[in-house]
Amino acid sequence: MAYFLQQLINGVALGMVYGLIAIGYSMVYGIIGMINFAHGEIYMIGAFVSIIVFTLLGMLGISWAPLALLLVLIVAILVTSLYGWTVERIAYRPLRGSFRLAPLISAIGMSIFLQTYVQVAQGAKIKPLQPVVTGGFVFTDPTGFTVTISWIQILIIVLTLVLMAGFTWVITKTPLGRAQRACEQDLKMAALCGVDVDRTISTTFVIGAALAAVAGLMATLYYGVIDFFIGFLAGVKAFTAAVLGGIGSIPGAMLGGLVLGLAEAFWSGYFSIEYKDVAAFTILVLVLIFLPTGILGRPEIEKV
Amino acid sequence: MAADAAGAIGPKLKDAALAALVAIALTVPILGMETVPGPDGRLTLDFHFHLVAIAAVLVFAGRLALSLLLRGRQLRPSGRSGAVAEFVSRHGTWFGLAGIAFALVLPFMPFASRYVIDVATTIVIYVMLGWGLNIVVGLAGLLDLGYVAFYAVGAYSYALFAQWFGLGFWICLPIAGLLAAIAGVLLGFPVLRLRGDYLAIVTLGFGEIIRLVLINWHEVTGGPNGIADIPRPTFFGFPFTRDPGEGETAFHELFGLEFSTLHRVIFLYYLALFLALVTNLFVLRIRKLPIGRAWEALREDEIACKALGINPTNTKLTAFALGAMFGGFAGSFFATRQGFISPESFTFIESAIILAIVVLGGMGSQIGVVLAAAVIVLLPEIGREFETYRMLLFGAAMVLIMIWRPRGLLAHREPTLTLAGSTGGTGTRGGGR
Repeated sequence: MAYFLQQLINGVALGMVYGLIAIGYSMVYGIIGMINFAHGEIYMIGAFVSIIVFTLLGMLGISWAPLALLLVLIVAILVTSLYGWTVERIAYRPLRGSFRLAPLISAIGMSIFLQTYVQVAQGAKIKPLQPVVTGGFVFTDPTGFTVTISWIQILIIVLTLVLMAGFTWVITKTPLGRAQRACEQDLKMAALCGVDVDRTISTTFVIGAALAAVAGLMATLYYGVIDFFIGFLAGVKAFTAAVLGGIGSIPGAMLGGLVLGLAEAFWSGYFSIEYKDVAAFTILVLVLIFLPTGILGRPEIEKV
Repeated sequence: MAADAAGAIGPKLKDAALAALVAIALTVPILGMETVPGPDGRLTLDFHFHLVAIAAVLVFAGRLALSLLLRGRQLRPSGRSGAVAEFVSRHGTWFGLAGIAFALVLPFMPFASRYVIDVATTIVIYVMLGWGLNIVVGLAGLLDLGYVAFYAVGAYSYALFAQWFGLGFWICLPIAGLLAAIAGVLLGFPVLRLRGDYLAIVTLGFGEIIRLVLINWHEVTGGPNGIADIPRPTFFGFPFTRDPGEGETAFHELFGLEFSTLHRVIFLYYLALFLALVTNLFVLRIRKLPIGRAWEALREDEIACKALGINPTNTKLTAFALGAMFGGFAGSFFATRQGFISPESFTFIESAIILAIVVLGGMGSQIGVVLAAAVIVLLPEIGREFETYRMLLFGAAMVLIMIWRPRGLLAHREPTLTLAGSTGGTGTRGGGR
């Protein structure tokens, strides 16, 4: 039981990280119908900016954890959002209205570029981070098993919930959210009604990148090591989460992230840790076969 | 007059300055501060702010040059293929024949050292992979990001069959192709009913699954160590060795030649060329068959195809399986050439390189693939120190080419067949090799 509970906690924390990245995929897909293949790299850049700022703060002597975390969070969000904005501006905007595969191929190119850029600039070695937040609650059950819920896991869960609440408010209540929902339904019509479509799409990329930056920061804290290659797997998994939840749906992305995180935690807890990535891909294939619209997605009807 | 010019250049300068500012903000953390392990194992930072300055200056100059050159015109993709592309596709047959003739005599040229032939073999193999993937991406319009999986299936099936059952290359070749095609069908069947972008991600996932299985299934695949001592190719049973075993005749004895290790290299080159030409011939012919026409029609308009009674899933499946088959052929050639394979050789980057060859060459263009393969293989060969930056250039080139010419450098996406009297002057000539 204790073991089960431990996997549950690990799975939820992992799932929240996937969910945050998945929202970026889902939003972009909802509005312009493309898979932002470079989104995984945006997350990776978020993680790198976090580790760089942590190191810088350490060198400057700022070691009080809450202040350091807050500063890192702000800088990571700002820089990573700017990356998201630039990627959209350079690689996707000129291709709007081009043939279907063009933006996807451009996105793959961008992904390779960003990955190599970080590899060249930061080196290919794994970057370890000194633990910033340590400790947590330890529960012992009568049989002697312990269940640990670390501060980092609590931080991940709380921060994600807060972000989700804020984000839902933005989407449902603000003019920006209204413009986004309008664009999602019909780009042309939204433009005719006076919505600045280019700006709305840019904002979508910025929001997605900001959430990915938070995910990057939390993954850095959680795992303690990052390298330039983490974006690839995380990206594919988060995309799986987005598809699982129903691509285009934001609560779906979060839900899909949770399901995937739990599946992965239980798979590595009970079966084999080597094949945990295979588990994620298998889920993706199975979902696409049996549930192509995802858990919360709407079926897509193509009209001539 | 001067005031006019200044007025025109003012906003452009401001725009370029803004771009430079963005570049500074982007590069200060990643490029400007490098995390390096310090003496106590903790990370410290190395500062390279001169790199940030260089990046900012480059972006400023680039942005300014771009806006001056474009003079207010938007950089939008042009659907038309350029004059060069038109010329090449009009005289495609002659270019193709000249290319084949050159490829045939290459090993006997005075400059053909072992190194040259080795590089040429690599190019030819990438050309073959490009042509194979071209069936899937260029003709059927399906984006396959896991093509390397079929390459891996081909390589491992040759290696395993040769190791366990002692089968020769020529028997294993069709088996490898068949197994790769089956893998293609197995993968394609569930996912081909879906939209194109889903297919891209699922094939990507499939490529990773294959690689993870190869790494983790130690008993069969040898895990990360791979398979060594794969039998080298023989000249239809005559080995390329100095001292053949009892009752065997070596290649140089058969033809009464002086023994040279170059013989095998040349033989491998011709083998690759043969396989590539078979692929090319196959693609050129099948484009004219109903199934080939159906691929191209499906690429252009799926709904219209359904209305005409074409079964999209089956049609896509054949494209997928045939593309996979050629990947499998190339894979078994790769295994026999290297004599050693490991999962390292079958990463996503390899898929991306093959896709880049198809995309850069112009999807659906046979000769474009040749040019792109030559460029992509030669680029890192020309400057070895270039190696690290190769992928950087790669990614950037993919983005830029998509923006500049989304249909590829030598786009040949006109339908192979057009109605008499309609627009396609070059179309009916087909092929466009």
